[in-house]
Amino acid sequence: MTSVTEHPPLAAQTPPAKARTPLVRLLFGDALSALLTLLALGLILALLPALDWAILDAVWRTEDPDACRQGGACWAYVHDKARLILFGIYPPDQHWRPLLVIGLILAMVLASLSPRLWGARLLAIWGLSLLAMLGLMQGGFLGLPLVPTSQWGGLPVTLLLAVLSLGIGFPFAVALALGRRSALPVPRLVSVGLIELVRGLPLVGVLFVASILLPLLLPEGWTIDKLGRTLAALTVFAAVYLAEVIRGGLQGVDKGQGEAAQALGIPFWKTIWHIILPQAIQKVIPPLTNTAIIMVKNTSLVMIVGVFDMLGAGRAAAADPAWPAPYTETYLFVALMYFLICIAISLYSRWLEQTVKNRSHS
Amino acid sequence: MTAISVSGLNKWYGSYHALRDIDLTVEPGERIVVCGPSGSGKSTLIRCLNRLEDHQSGSIVVNGTPLTDDLKNLSAVRREVGMVFQHFNLFPHLTVLENCALPQILARGTRRAEAEARARRYLERVRIPEQSAKFPGQLSGGQQQRVAIARALCMEPKVMLFDEPTSALDPEMIKEVLETMIALADDGMTMIVVTHEMGFARRVADRVIFMDAGQIVEQAPPEDFFGNPHHARTREFLEQIVH
Ligand SMILES: Nc1ncnc2c1ncn2[C@@H]1O[C@H](COP(=O)(O)OP(=O)(O)O)[C@@H](O)[C@H]1O
Ligand SMILES: [Mg+2]
Repeated sequence: MTSVTEHPPLAAQTPPAKARTPLVRLLFGDALSALLTLLALGLILALLPALDWAILDAVWRTEDPDACRQGGACWAYVHDKARLILFGIYPPDQHWRPLLVIGLILAMVLASLSPRLWGARLLAIWGLSLLAMLGLMQGGFLGLPLVPTSQWGGLPVTLLLAVLSLGIGFPFAVALALGRRSALPVPRLVSVGLIELVRGLPLVGVLFVASILLPLLLPEGWTIDKLGRTLAALTVFAAVYLAEVIRGGLQGVDKGQGEAAQALGIPFWKTIWHIILPQAIQKVIPPLTNTAIIMVKNTSLVMIVGVFDMLGAGRAAAADPAWPAPYTETYLFVALMYFLICIAISLYSRWLEQTVKNRSHS
Repeated sequence: MTAISVSGLNKWYGSYHALRDIDLTVEPGERIVVCGPSGSGKSTLIRCLNRLEDHQSGSIVVNGTPLTDDLKNLSAVRREVGMVFQHFNLFPHLTVLENCALPQILARGTRRAEAEARARRYLERVRIPEQSAKFPGQLSGGQQQRVAIARALCMEPKVMLFDEPTSALDPEMIKEVLETMIALADDGMTMIVVTHEMGFARRVADRVIFMDAGQIVEQAPPEDFFGNPHHARTREFLEQIVH
């Protein structure tokens, strides 16, 4: 006979609470933590004088540039020149237009956050609103004074260059990635050739080619606006980097996905667009984010071919002889703007990745 | 009209001769079970039937449409033939309902409302209507395979191909999938099922086909096939899988 042991009824059990690590252990628990803690403390101490400069001795508000000559940070200057840095040499009485463009970009970005809304319709809305933004910046209709692109500057230029180069570059990137994986030799060789060529060049080189060589190569009478040429260079650059990221994603999509779609009779391009690409992109959210952030920062290089992005506008503002050369403050302000943009992209991608992950595990 | 007729089919992977002189006729409403050792060409054969693999010689005619390089014929055939895979191959980025509705929209141009209604109907038929808002990764293997069956049925095929539909499942989930398939067979669906579930073969099959080394070695109704196999290779195989 077997003896029967009585089991108490199974009570619902909560997992035991995870014990908190004491702070001291966290900071000095092992040699590495201790070392890092000490280094961090050292860094903070080293930065204290800078804090003095940035806060205690800083001049926050003044109308008089000479008040800024005592050695503290001159935030009054940033305040005074903020519009110049943000909008460059765009006519001051028209500043509402670039401001509206910034607002529109923010609104579109906010409206596009949820993956639920992604699709052909959202793409079309993006296309239209970008055209509207470009029209608004340029003017020349409905009583809006014409502002040529040579007078555009600052944050809207930075944002438009980043959004347009990534946005226009993306479909080309998809085409290049598909081409590179194609069994047909011509698309494959063209894709590989283009990707390797552009990846082998520094962005500065591509920008110079686009802004200086391109006009010389074009037939007589053809001109492309400098901003347009710069955008073209950034787009080509973005496309090849995105292409390699997307190729990685395509490789990660199981072969059975395409076969299932084939067996269901879904046409090839619809399979790519609805079945394969969404999965490929979901797999490479972190490196895509990385490329997006790099491209946002890369737009600052357009300054060297004379396009007034935010950094260029900032440098121009700092050159005002009335103020005591406040380059550090300008660069810090511009850096802060870039940081805000990039950290926002980064946080968003973390959230997006988590949303995607929640679907694959209950 | 015969549902599927294959004659003199030969298929090579490079220099490897995967299918040798296959002749096979399937009448409408017939249920065929295909078995045989691993690597004998079972998957290759049924993948040729909807041209997931192309063949080098011989002919395949599905519901009167010959399978050729002609894209029009190909899509006509794929409309008639549904397929269920060993690893389900559900679309992981789409909900269960979307998995069943979107292919109709993309392949047939069905209107969304109609596609979703049909998707709900077939999800009900495989008895998982309550999971329609979930993503495939949130379901058990057995549930996923039933969704895959519903997805294929949504295209309202005349023939269903199953490639080892239960061999990636945990034992306790095999039954629910087999029951779904039995119900389908009872409704009169024409089915070609690659499986080693001999209970299913006895219960459902009109004919059992044994393949080895790319050839059809023997085909017979289940009573004869299990009771009185002719070929030594068939007997050997049956002995192995009975244990
Ligand atoms: N894509 C392929 N390329 C080359 N050989 C293949 C390919 N697919 C299958 N084979 C070979 O063809 C033979 C039959 O494979 P398969 O039809 O999958 O067998 P089964 O489904 O009966 O296990 C095997 O030897 C396998 O290695
Ligand atoms: Mg197989």
